[in-house]
Amino acid sequence: MDKVSFLVAVSLTLFTLGLLGLIVRRNLLVMLMCMELMLNGVNLSLVTFAQRGGNVEGTVMVFLIFIVAASEIAIAIPIVLLLMRHRHTLDAGAHSDLKG
Amino acid sequence: MIEELLLYFCACTAVLGGVMMIVLRAPMRVAMALIYSMISLGGVYGLLHVDVIAVFQIMIYVGAVMVFMVYAIMLLDVRDPSFVRRYSPQLGAGLVATVLLALVLLWSVHQTAVPGTAPSPARFGVQPFSVAFLAEYWLYFELTSLLLVVAVVAAVAVVKARSASHG
Repeated sequence: MDKVSFLVAVSLTLFTLGLLGLIVRRNLLVMLMCMELMLNGVNLSLVTFAQRGGNVEGTVMVFLIFIVAASEIAIAIPIVLLLMRHRHTLDAGAHSDLKG
Repeated sequence: MIEELLLYFCACTAVLGGVMMIVLRAPMRVAMALIYSMISLGGVYGLLHVDVIAVFQIMIYVGAVMVFMVYAIMLLDVRDPSFVRRYSPQLGAGLVATVLLALVLLWSVHQTAVPGTAPSPARFGVQPFSVAFLAEYWLYFELTSLLLVVAVVAAVAVVKARSASHG
């Protein structure tokens, strides 16, 4: 297995681990962190392909993803704290009525 | 040769951090595992000679995002039931779905030829990155600042909503 295939496999593994955590974990903050892990997996694949192709577009895209991740956390954590204030728990099951 | 071995080592430790995130129970330990995984990925980026992204990975992700996350975890009550019971009832379905997704993704990557054939690693320092941003992608750069302002305003609005609902 060459280097590029290995790194793509690692990025896929990180993405699926993040998705697994998002589905199976109970705590809302842990679920948020698993989403960050998924973003990290995507970033790794972008950087690998950009470095392989020798172009700068992939790294520009990764920078934009960093900004989106920072904005996402800036909004998500106050929302999580708000949910915590309302129900006094971070268990995702306790907020299941949000699905409508 | 040593560089390649280090690259494989860093990539494996990043995956190990991801596995620990699923297995560990306390959110603070999960955050530490994620930081471990992110720092390992920063090492991978550095060893791939994408220096700018390696620096941003450490500064933005570990330095800003995860510090904020750890700060939020410290505000919470550790007697919360979700801190004690780790997994939701969807554990079995989630495992099956994730394994299937991983198989499909691996199969599709295996079928697809990797784009680009440049054998020599290109070094992405600050200069080509900055030139690309200010010459070609300046609009996106400005839009990111707008996005950050909107995010800050939204966060303040959420906080205001919380204080309004409590008197």
